[in-house]
Amino acid sequence: MKPPSGSVSRQIKLFRWGISLLSLLILTVVAFLLGMSAGELDISVWDVPRIMTEKEGVDYVVLTQIRLPRIILAIAAGGGLSLSGAVLQGIYRNPLVEPFTLGISGGAALGVALAIVFTLPAVLGAFALPLAGFAGALLAIVFVYVLGARFGQVNVNNMLLIGVMVSFVSSSLMMLMMSLATARSLHSIIFWMMGSLDEPNAMLIRLTLFVSVTSLVIAGFFSRSLNALRLGEANAWHLGVNTGLTIRVMFILASLVAGVCVASTGVIGFVGLVIPHLVRVLAGSDYRILLPASFLGGGIFLIICDAIARTIIAPNELPIGVITGIAGGIVFIVFLSRSKSTLKVN
Amino acid sequence: MSGFLTVQNFSCGYGDKFVLRNVNLEAGRGEISGIIGPNGSGKTTLFRGLTGELPARSGEVLLNGRNLRQMSFNERARSMAVVAQHVFATDVTVEEYVLMGRLPHRKQFQLFETREDYEIAHHYMQLTNVYGLRNKLMSKISGGEQQLANIARALTQQPELLLLDEPTSHLDITHQVQILNLIQKLNEEMKLSVLMIIHDLNLAGEYCDYLVMLKNGQPFKQGLPDEVLNYQVIEQGYKTVVVVQPNPVSHKPAVFLVSDKILKQKKEASGQGEGQDQSGKDF
Repeated sequence: MKPPSGSVSRQIKLFRWGISLLSLLILTVVAFLLGMSAGELDISVWDVPRIMTEKEGVDYVVLTQIRLPRIILAIAAGGGLSLSGAVLQGIYRNPLVEPFTLGISGGAALGVALAIVFTLPAVLGAFALPLAGFAGALLAIVFVYVLGARFGQVNVNNMLLIGVMVSFVSSSLMMLMMSLATARSLHSIIFWMMGSLDEPNAMLIRLTLFVSVTSLVIAGFFSRSLNALRLGEANAWHLGVNTGLTIRVMFILASLVAGVCVASTGVIGFVGLVIPHLVRVLAGSDYRILLPASFLGGGIFLIICDAIARTIIAPNELPIGVITGIAGGIVFIVFLSRSKSTLKVN
Repeated sequence: MSGFLTVQNFSCGYGDKFVLRNVNLEAGRGEISGIIGPNGSGKTTLFRGLTGELPARSGEVLLNGRNLRQMSFNERARSMAVVAQHVFATDVTVEEYVLMGRLPHRKQFQLFETREDYEIAHHYMQLTNVYGLRNKLMSKISGGEQQLANIARALTQQPELLLLDEPTSHLDITHQVQILNLIQKLNEEMKLSVLMIIHDLNLAGEYCDYLVMLKNGQPFKQGLPDEVLNYQVIEQGYKTVVVVQPNPVSHKPAVFLVSDKILKQKKEASGQGEGQDQSGKDF
């Protein structure tokens, strides 16, 4: 029997996590530079730092006014959606749950469709659609939460089923709205639904970034409780985790951050599903590494997808939801078949 | 009996249905107490009530004189560690799993285990013989090894009371004996108080210092194994005819079952046959 070597295993673990985070940070910087250089106006990756420090010329305006806001929004929304997926998959102990399975995007899309059909933007201005989207998402969340968590007991399976139902009902209502809408409204609804990082409102970008970074920090404080929930609710309870509170707070947090992201970018699917799974395979399922790594991974993924969406048929732009779906799906399938690993949550 | 764990007028159940009504129980400090009883007698409900998983409808559970209901979540997990029947065989290594026992000892907002946490976990992993498995995934080790890791995790909580829900079910006799010998050793060397639900009456008689037999949500009989594992008590409690004889080596009560066919033959032969034979051959 070897002597206790507590400090050694501890150092190995912390070292591995440090390396994982460091590589993701480096990748974020690389993706950032690629995202800054990609686009209609040809700017070399190597010129980006120089242009940013010189602070003059057309290039500088393009970088700071057009590309930088998109990249920041990509980090905020990609990170937020991915974080939300990681947290939801943990509390539901189900690998297929993502923010959109729970009716959050359905509710948001319905809210936006209603706003467009009733010409709310004319009344409320630029904030109308995000606001309507967020209200719709919030309504879906309240539905799922109140119906799923009645009698003071949180029933995770109930919540999941109700979420799926909310999702179905709202997509049917969406179709009803679309069949009644005028051609112009229809176009706006479809455009919004496909998702875009092109957000002219700097305030909204800042808000999204603030919400997703704050959520990361809050979820981080719950990471050891989330780890315990991997052993099942009863076992987590025995370890002194207030399981009811943890599940409630994490559900509300994950839904809110997803709601804000959807409201500001439209429906960008797949990020919340694929990225946490890739991170689980690469960095492990411990929530202390899974949460920050999913956040960074989601950001990197969305920056790259946006860069592709902007360049592939330039000067036109593809909807980013199309790219995330295709690229994410292919990467995921290739990865799964290569690594011989199965979908795992725990 | 010092009444280390005291259950007073305890009632609990599911939905509108009460399973336990006004149960009174005591388990002694430093003893191994066993809860036995037929299926549906309320053993699991009592267990879930004691851990607080199932909220009590009325009554109190006192641990060392302190009311469980007034303890914080972490305090409860520091004084009482639970080895549940179902280990979720998740993709955690044995080491990570055992380390989770340090969770109730964490300070608020403490994200990482300390060096001391690792040392405590490793100590109990060595004690339970799972140190060599520490880098294996929980899902990749055997049921017996999982149960040992489970006990290591519970010990890492450094509790005053260890609660086990049928620790030997689904295990072969090698592992049954290994687990129960370990529990006995911990009880003796660490003066750890143990309360376990145990299905097997022979193991209950062999390893427990005190037994409580539940029937219809009530303690039907409690006392020393000799008093509870008596053929009349078992016949009433389980509605089954048994033969009880002392184990020739340990002299603890051992329970034998007899088939209906043999019982009938015996009855016909003796004309007054009871399912009893307390003659107890000397060994």
